[in-house]
Amino acid sequence: MRRLAGWPGAAASGLVLALVLAPLGAVLWRAGGAGWPEPADWAALRFTLWQAALSALLSAALAIPVARALARRRFPGRDLLVLVLGAPFILPVIVAILGLIAVFGRSGLLNAALGPLGLPPLPIYGWHGVVLAHVFFNMPLAVRLILQGWLAIPAERFRLAASLNAPVWRLLEVPMLARVLPGTLAVIFLICLTSFAVALTLGGGPRATTVELAIYQALRFDVDFGRAVTLALIQVALCASGAALVQRARLPDAFGAGLGRSVQRWDGGHVLDALVLGLAMLFLLSPMTMIAWRGAPGLLHLPPEVWGAALRSLLVALAATALTLALALPIALWGRSLGTFAALLPLATSGLVTGTGLFLLVHPLIAPRLVALPVTVLVNAAMALPFAWRALAPAIEAAEAGHGRLADSMGLRGWTRLRWLLLPALARPLGFAAGLAAALSAGDLGVIALFAAGDQATLPLMMARLMQAYRMEAAAGAALLLIALSLGLFWLFDKGGRRAAA
Amino acid sequence: MHRTIAGLALGLIAGPALAQDSASQTLTVYAPDYFAFESGPGPAIKQAFEAECGCTLDYVLGEVVPQILLEGDRTEADIVIGIDSTQAAQARGTGLFAPHGVDAAALTLPIGWEDETFLPFDWSYLAFVYDTEAVDNPPTSFAELIARDDLSIAIQDPRSSVSGLSLALWMDTVFDDAEQAWADLAPQIVTVTPGWSESYGLFLDGEVDMVLSYTTSPAYQRMAENDDTVAAAIFDEGHYMTIELAAQVAGTDNPELAQQFMDFIVTPQFQSMIPTANWSYPAALPREDWPEGFRELPIPDSAIWHDEETAAERRDPAIEAFRSGMTR
Repeated sequence: MRRLAGWPGAAASGLVLALVLAPLGAVLWRAGGAGWPEPADWAALRFTLWQAALSALLSAALAIPVARALARRRFPGRDLLVLVLGAPFILPVIVAILGLIAVFGRSGLLNAALGPLGLPPLPIYGWHGVVLAHVFFNMPLAVRLILQGWLAIPAERFRLAASLNAPVWRLLEVPMLARVLPGTLAVIFLICLTSFAVALTLGGGPRATTVELAIYQALRFDVDFGRAVTLALIQVALCASGAALVQRARLPDAFGAGLGRSVQRWDGGHVLDALVLGLAMLFLLSPMTMIAWRGAPGLLHLPPEVWGAALRSLLVALAATALTLALALPIALWGRSLGTFAALLPLATSGLVTGTGLFLLVHPLIAPRLVALPVTVLVNAAMALPFAWRALAPAIEAAEAGHGRLADSMGLRGWTRLRWLLLPALARPLGFAAGLAAALSAGDLGVIALFAAGDQATLPLMMARLMQAYRMEAAAGAALLLIALSLGLFWLFDKGGRRAAA
Repeated sequence: MHRTIAGLALGLIAGPALAQDSASQTLTVYAPDYFAFESGPGPAIKQAFEAECGCTLDYVLGEVVPQILLEGDRTEADIVIGIDSTQAAQARGTGLFAPHGVDAAALTLPIGWEDETFLPFDWSYLAFVYDTEAVDNPPTSFAELIARDDLSIAIQDPRSSVSGLSLALWMDTVFDDAEQAWADLAPQIVTVTPGWSESYGLFLDGEVDMVLSYTTSPAYQRMAENDDTVAAAIFDEGHYMTIELAAQVAGTDNPELAQQFMDFIVTPQFQSMIPTANWSYPAALPREDWPEGFRELPIPDSAIWHDEETAAERRDPAIEAFRSGMTR
């Protein structure tokens, strides 16, 4: 994209890098040098890599039949299904864990159903619980990415293959998967690297220790800043290699936009597809239903402060969304390989280290609690950036590939080109990206707990406080409210994008 | 008209001076989230103290020990309340604190207290709390708990929570070979959560029979939730004590006010707000003045507690016993 000046992309990339690396530097400076990881930390690193790899593989493997079924079939409510299937990805982690336990826990639905059949209860706690939770979160993402690959195969190819009686799977679908899967795997692998609460609560003990827990321990409990920095640097190095993989892998064409009509197919498997979709729906929707079921009574017991917190969360989410788009758009338009790295870096960054570093940077200037909400907006925006960028970048590429020459011949440059060529093509991915950013930001506890915000609590922080004050029922009600807020924001933005595109 | 403008102008000039004067009468108290939360003792304590001192009390919420370690001598705090005794050595290491200046004779802890910097304001015993409907023969000793294989337990991670660390120190004291004890207990431990609230939530949802909590937890269930099905298993070996401490910052701008607050902590007025708001025992209130629901709680025969030096010294070995015992 040489026709446009590159400086906004470089500036946005630089801002993101500064936002992530300056806090790291502040912690390093405070520590007076990097520490050396303990033997237990290496075990944590091994477990982290292993569970992230397994989670990515399983999420992708299970997503293939679901994406295939969605690509092959047309039925009423398909669009709604695609929307709802995306929901687990934007659930707040702590809420999702409660929902998973309500279904797969000892006294959950699954074991209640197994008992009368004379089957032994299935335990959720252990490494398999960690992987189960990660698949729950990330399989929907994988479905979206892989579905894009399927939809990119032109309908004519299927027609041709059918008329020649040629094997569709081997000729068309396997090559497509070979292109799409590496990028999908890399993104989910990166997401699972920084897992903390999932691994600890469902992991069942110190066997399931992740690097992020080791960072938490070093930072908040041992107050060993040097060790925390070293561990955070290891995470950054892992992210850099992951980003390199993503860049080498051919990415699927679009992330969320353009889930168009399904291709007409002549191969069978209606029953199989219905079964696959039914199972996926059961797996993804039952925990969410349980959260709603258990949280509903708690709605009546919410202390009045919860509503103020919900409003603050809404404002934080909207501000973070605006900032995310302001960063993602220039990076997607003009960022080069530095942009890719900057856009992916927040994925594998420890929010705890970023928050602590920002605290150290801010503290000499102003009382940190006075800037608790702005800093939360900043960090939430950075954390949502990778997803917004992934939604925008391929759509821009497609628009340039499709109409770039025409725009060239008409002499469309700079802002005119942006206005007439790119923005119209970007309405849907922009809506989707904004929805993701808003939902993730509303649901994330983020760094606000570190900034000692007394009466400035957001909804996730309020929920944590209710739990600490023994008020589990009210906390479940707050969780339901949190989901409603996250999903509502996502739905509104996504819908807005679709409408603008139509 | 002119007088109004003159009055306004005067007000604008005098305003900052007045504001500064009242700012010097603000006491900044660092407290944990649960302490200053609407259902915690914080709001009532703020109200009572403000009425007494004619000043303003501001809470700054968060995990207090990491907070002051991060801030160092730039801290805004005048008072830090809610330091767990297992973290006292770290807090003292900052060198931020002045003597508490309160007569320890007022304290009613089951152990003697001689520390001149940290003042206890509440305490409880660590305990395995169980569901009386699921467990009809609770273990009566730690050794029995370890031998039982019919119980499922949730605990907190000693590497991320003070209650988990206290459990590790408790086992380190009770057992000669703590690592072996952890290995024997491991089959019963369903999961290890980052903090107390996640474990306790799992317990209330029926995910586990027992949870690492406090002997005072049943009082909450009974008095606030009308729930009689939660009880603490009392062990023969004795129970590890959790003591929460307060201290005043040496560099405070308001030494008199800070001292006044430290004195306030041991008054019956402050202490009587602790039980049914912080759900723990008051540190300076005779047992006969406790609420009935607290007097009825079974109390362990002996208290186990490490002083600061021992706690700091045993910390790493106790955590290592947990880690290696649980991963055997």
